[in-house]
Amino acid sequence: MLDEWLYLVIFLAISMFIPAAAIGAAALLSPKKPAPIKNSIYECGIETVGPSRIQFKAQYYLYGLLFLIFDVETVLLYPFAVAYNRLALFAVVEAVVFVIILAAALVYAWRKGALEWA
Amino acid sequence: MSFFADPINFISDWLSALFAGWGLASGWVQFLLFILGAGVLSLGAMVFTVFLIWLERKLGGRFQDRIGPNRVGPWGIFQTIADMLKIFTKEYITPIGADPVLFNLAPVLAMAAVLAMWAVIPLSSTVYGSNINIGVLYVLAVGALGELGIILAGFGSNNKYALLGGFRAVAMLISYEVPLAITLLVPVMLTGSMGLNDIAAAQKTWFILQAPVAALVFFIASIAENGRAPFDLIEADSEIVAGFNIEYSGLKFGMYYVADFLHAFTAALIFATIFLGGWRGPGAEVYPVLGFLYLLIKTSIVYFLTIAIRFSLPRLRIDQMMAFNWKYLTPLALVSLLVTALIDKTLPAGQVWLRLGALLFANLVVFVLADRLVSAYNRRKAVERMVVSEPRPVAVTIREKPAEVPEVQS
Repeated sequence: MLDEWLYLVIFLAISMFIPAAAIGAAALLSPKKPAPIKNSIYECGIETVGPSRIQFKAQYYLYGLLFLIFDVETVLLYPFAVAYNRLALFAVVEAVVFVIILAAALVYAWRKGALEWA
Repeated sequence: MSFFADPINFISDWLSALFAGWGLASGWVQFLLFILGAGVLSLGAMVFTVFLIWLERKLGGRFQDRIGPNRVGPWGIFQTIADMLKIFTKEYITPIGADPVLFNLAPVLAMAAVLAMWAVIPLSSTVYGSNINIGVLYVLAVGALGELGIILAGFGSNNKYALLGGFRAVAMLISYEVPLAITLLVPVMLTGSMGLNDIAAAQKTWFILQAPVAALVFFIASIAENGRAPFDLIEADSEIVAGFNIEYSGLKFGMYYVADFLHAFTAALIFATIFLGGWRGPGAEVYPVLGFLYLLIKTSIVYFLTIAIRFSLPRLRIDQMMAFNWKYLTPLALVSLLVTALIDKTLPAGQVWLRLGALLFANLVVFVLADRLVSAYNRRKAVERMVVSEPRPVAVTIREKPAEVPEVQS
């Protein structure tokens, strides 16, 4: 079992290394002639006004929160899914109640208007 | 085990005998083989992308009634190689004020996330990278790493368009992870294991027959995760020019390009593994080389579907996209999970065909109900919209009245 994890670590290291090496090799091949106009920020025909890292809409933050709730609760369901074949009906009903609570959270967010793109 | 039945393991056995003959300890032999295997698999996936890009451009051309690449080599097959040579010699332009660490890290992360998924996919009954017992969770986690690459690119570029692309990536890619994670619970439940090898091996009848709703939701969500049309809001050309990769040039942009095409194929590969039985097929257990062929055929069908969708459908608006995810896909995924859990448990054990029929029927009922509900909802919404907003004619013909000239009394 440990061998499988060792392979995974090696694979992750190599899959990070290959794109980095390709980018590095291209950096050696490519010309380097920076110029102030060339390096300026792209904008639709005019110069950029003000700082680029602007404030963002609150809606993005709401979706981020919703994602956090649902993803964490879904990950909690994975042990249940793995053990499903060995569970009695009662345990499955318990998991169903858990999922219904999850759905209730979704309905609550819906009714509160968190899902509307305003 | 002969060479023709299982070439990969034959070569690997031969290599390990060779290394052992040089006097290496068995641990080092294993380590060397791991490095070789990982290198060959990830490099092979990247080189395969050269072919994928040509294929997609050619098919896209056909879908849009064009010829597609046809100049370099027969049927333009060397077009991508020419493009690759060109992009290798292009200058890197780093915009003023860009965060150097994030700006350079992001393309590497985006590419690495796609490549890393190949580590756990079983390519045949005996050929797989790593048979870890949490394969599904690993695929989800690594997929999220690719989103991080996009978000970092948007933030690090010091460009407003790129930042808008990054915002949209936060909203869209992250949201579509939720139905993806929920639908993946269904195959895990039917198998009783999170390892992708076990999931592929457990499909005597394909999971798409036992959980068609979950398969459909997974397919749509995986297209959205990939960020291509009709879900290509993060790089919407006509709205935010190119979104997150606007400031990238040379091979850094090339990495995003390659990652995009390879991700589409990898998503098809994962779909084929989880819902279409992976390498399973007649004779695949005796002759593992047949497993490659079956997996390739199944993946090609799914991949062709994604390309057809990409080149046929227009882009959605962001509110439609988020509503589709949170108000349709997520509840549908939850309901399909509940229905599968309850029906599979209440039916008597051992009756395979009864189970299959009941699950298929229940899924169809769920799908039809969901479709009816959405239609009713949309009709009500349409009525509300008609009531709320006054009709606004596009063009108004102004009828000139003869101006009434008041009689001037002087």
